[in-house]
Amino acid sequence: MLQPRSIQSSLSLRDKIFSIDYILVISILILGITSMFAMYSTDGGEFKYHTKSHILRFFVFFGMFFVVSFIGIRFWHNTSYLIYLGIFILLLAVKYFGLTSSGSKRWLDLYFMNLQPSELMKISLILFLAKYYHRISIENINSFRHLILPITVLTGPVILVATQPDLGTSILIAAGGITVAWLAGVRAKFFIYSGVAMLALLPVAISFLKPYQKSRILTFLNPERDPLGAGYQIIQSKIAIGSGGLFGKGFLNGSQSYLDYLPEKHTDFIYTLFSEEFGFFGSFFILLLYALIIYRIVRIGNITRSNFGKLYCYGFGTAFFIYVVVNMMMVLGLLPIVGSPLPIMSYGGSSMMAIMFGLGIVMSCKIYRDVPVN
Amino acid sequence: MMLSPGSGNTIIKSKLISRRMFLITAAQAVVMFGLVGRLISLQINQATKYKSLSDKNRFREWKLAPERGVIKDFFDKELASNEPLYQVHLVPENTKDLNNLFVRLKAILNISETKVSYLKRIISKQKPWEPVIISENLNWSDFSRINLFLHELEGVEPIVSVARTYPDNSSAHILGYVSQISKKDLQTKEYLKDQSVPGMAIGKTGLERKLDEKIIGKVGYQRYEVNAFGKRIREIKIDTGQVGQSFKTTLDYEVQKYTNELLKDKAAAVCVMDVYNGDVVSLVSSPTFEPNAFVHGLDKKYWNNLIKDEKKPLTNKALSGLYPPGSTIKTLVALSALENGIIKPLDSFRCKGKIELYGEKFHCWEKEGHGIVNLRKGIQRSCDVYFYEVARKLGVDRLSETAKRFGLGKKVLNNFAEERSGVVPNTKWKKKFIGQNWYLGETLHSGIGQGYFQSTPIQLCLMTAQIANGGFEIKPRIITDGRNNNLRDYLKFKNENPNQPLPTDLLVANFDLKPLFKNQEHINLIKDAMFSSSNEPGGTSYRHRFENPKYTFAGKTGSSQIKRFTEAQREAEVKQKDIEYKDRDHALFVAFAPYKNPQYAISVLVEHGGSGGKAAAPIARKVIKKVLERHKLRERINQLTGEPV
Repeated sequence: MLQPRSIQSSLSLRDKIFSIDYILVISILILGITSMFAMYSTDGGEFKYHTKSHILRFFVFFGMFFVVSFIGIRFWHNTSYLIYLGIFILLLAVKYFGLTSSGSKRWLDLYFMNLQPSELMKISLILFLAKYYHRISIENINSFRHLILPITVLTGPVILVATQPDLGTSILIAAGGITVAWLAGVRAKFFIYSGVAMLALLPVAISFLKPYQKSRILTFLNPERDPLGAGYQIIQSKIAIGSGGLFGKGFLNGSQSYLDYLPEKHTDFIYTLFSEEFGFFGSFFILLLYALIIYRIVRIGNITRSNFGKLYCYGFGTAFFIYVVVNMMMVLGLLPIVGSPLPIMSYGGSSMMAIMFGLGIVMSCKIYRDVPVN
Repeated sequence: MMLSPGSGNTIIKSKLISRRMFLITAAQAVVMFGLVGRLISLQINQATKYKSLSDKNRFREWKLAPERGVIKDFFDKELASNEPLYQVHLVPENTKDLNNLFVRLKAILNISETKVSYLKRIISKQKPWEPVIISENLNWSDFSRINLFLHELEGVEPIVSVARTYPDNSSAHILGYVSQISKKDLQTKEYLKDQSVPGMAIGKTGLERKLDEKIIGKVGYQRYEVNAFGKRIREIKIDTGQVGQSFKTTLDYEVQKYTNELLKDKAAAVCVMDVYNGDVVSLVSSPTFEPNAFVHGLDKKYWNNLIKDEKKPLTNKALSGLYPPGSTIKTLVALSALENGIIKPLDSFRCKGKIELYGEKFHCWEKEGHGIVNLRKGIQRSCDVYFYEVARKLGVDRLSETAKRFGLGKKVLNNFAEERSGVVPNTKWKKKFIGQNWYLGETLHSGIGQGYFQSTPIQLCLMTAQIANGGFEIKPRIITDGRNNNLRDYLKFKNENPNQPLPTDLLVANFDLKPLFKNQEHINLIKDAMFSSSNEPGGTSYRHRFENPKYTFAGKTGSSQIKRFTEAQREAEVKQKDIEYKDRDHALFVAFAPYKNPQYAISVLVEHGGSGGKAAAPIARKVIKKVLERHKLRERINQLTGEPV
């Protein structure tokens, strides 16, 4: 221990501000501002509802990010089970009081916004497992008794979300949880066994899939199967990105999105719109920005002293990476359309809230990097 | 369970976490490179492909129907022109209450309930932004009323376009008509391949069909940017296309109108031709039809009436009606015999009303006979027996050769789909098409233009014109091509300076002037005989002569038999008017005028009109007068325009 514990746990505001990772903050800000321009373009070059609402949300949740950062890491450690429980209750509430839109029940009407608890669950599961694996001793990690709780807290929300139905989000929730468990030292063979078991159960799972979900998977395997139906989105997205070329068609000149060939351009396909208008340089720039953010998150994991902090930062960083990559692979025609937003860029309050909350805790790990959590 | 920070356990765990994270980071880097690779592949390597796919999405072209060229007569009167067409279209998506709108439209435009439900059915089938045609052809007062109420008719669009129109029906057959393009047209007509616009009118018959490729114009394009739902967002480019080429014909609208009126209610045809340059001055077939009725979708009842009418109003009888030439052929029989040295002009035969050949009786139309008949009298009285004798001596092969030379048995106008070539029989023809040997009796029938002979009125007109001009070949035309055949100048020079050589310009110009005779004297003999037929007592059309030399014509009557008279009918002296309409003879008359200085040739056919002298000659007389009255006007234009051939 290089520094006395008392100093560490009572940092002044000035100390906190100085220990913020500015590269990370600036990267987030640049990405946020870029996303505002993209949103302005989806509104057809007018300052309309989506743009206004997106800008408002970004700044509100960017503020929240700082608030979360300045709260001590010990607080987040102590309340993580509680947070998980709260979100889980919200997920249950969705099942009974949720709003249904296009055949899927995902939202809670909170009057000032429609909350999607499954997005928040992505973060709270990581938080929960980071605390759990921080607390158990290394010998117990692979003991069967200690696997019961992680499996329960993981499968519970995954099943709830999958039956909303929202296959994409449930996969992403599971991905975050599995990452933390693996980082904590759960043996590879355990994942292999589970994988094999999953494969064996696959036919059963497929029989539970909704027809549109089956169609999406088949369509991904061969988009030309139904060029005007389910394959339409993949084909049009590839046309939009490809036609952007090296330098793009120019801001507000993306004909594919402007003429409504692009589906879901505010949300899942925002990267497509950006790539069409700004070409390879634009899409590479966004990719670099995300790489930088992920690098900064991992770096904070490296310098934070507590295993809780490390597990959380690595877990969140990897999950963040997965969100980005799944979305991009989807719009680039490398994965089926599962419906996953691009962090920060995509329109959507709950996703923005969850990502900013998650990043806030990462920043808290940076500010309180030398503070032991218990 | 509780562990203190910094204990060994924690450090081991921390190392384990870092080791595993290192693996994940490596995997992340690989995936990131993969994504960059994919971006390079789509946006750099395949950019051209995707750019063209994007443009294909983005742009859509609409074709614009071009305006047809105009067809004019010789005096620049428009025989087929274009008129503004007032239509009312409806774009369903622009209207809030479709039912209410239809109630309003019904009140303003007087549309029937069935039409409304038909329109609603169409609207429910197509996309909401696709226009529906409410009224295809509105009159001006309805159209202006729509414009007046336009502010309360959301979604209604008044459209002004152009459509074919004809001043009247006097030239319906030669002009033809236009009508909506059909699937068959698209398959068979090469020039429509990338020209077709749905609903475009194309020429179906007559000149409209013959000239269609050039007169139709060039299709224009409107390129729009469209959205994913096919809705037009904005116009990118407009190419209005090209108005079709206009054509000037040799027809005279006044003569057409006059002749059409004369032929009213008869099944008949008239053809008038300039004997020197072959300009077709008039070509009328009767009964006529209303060409304007075809432009905007034909009324079924009208169509049924047209095709059921036994007078066949849709057939252009002047070009595609085939009739035995009857006695009009006698001019050529006599000419052929003279040219081949078979007879001399004064060689005579005795006509006793009939002759017998191998037991078969051949009657003259004059039961009592014509007595002693020479060539001039034979033509003047149209003595059948004289021509039986001449034909028997001449033989059908020599006759057919002369007949073909004068234009029978082949198409007169170029490339006219409806025109038919008719038949000039001879021994080879019969062997080939009927498979039998020729009988001498058939030569006798051929000598009076019966039997296998088939000709069209325009062929008979050409035959007469080529006799009238002194026996030179002319190429009839109906479209002025800027060229001016100067056969007229040539003959004028020849007549005025019989012994001088031709001036160079006429020599060069008439390089291919082709005489159809061996001895022009023979042509003059025929012309003189025709004169006597029309202007001397006893001639078959004597009653219809003009005394005024300005209008004096020389002609030849003819009646072509539909059904052979039985001996009983002949004995009973049954008159044409006493037998059934469809069994009566076709009346024919050919003539040229003025006799002294021939300018025009005419042929008249009256289906089932009886005798040529009674039914056809009076019509010819009136038309000849009309044409000659307008000769000066025509001459003035002829001198204005044109290059020598």
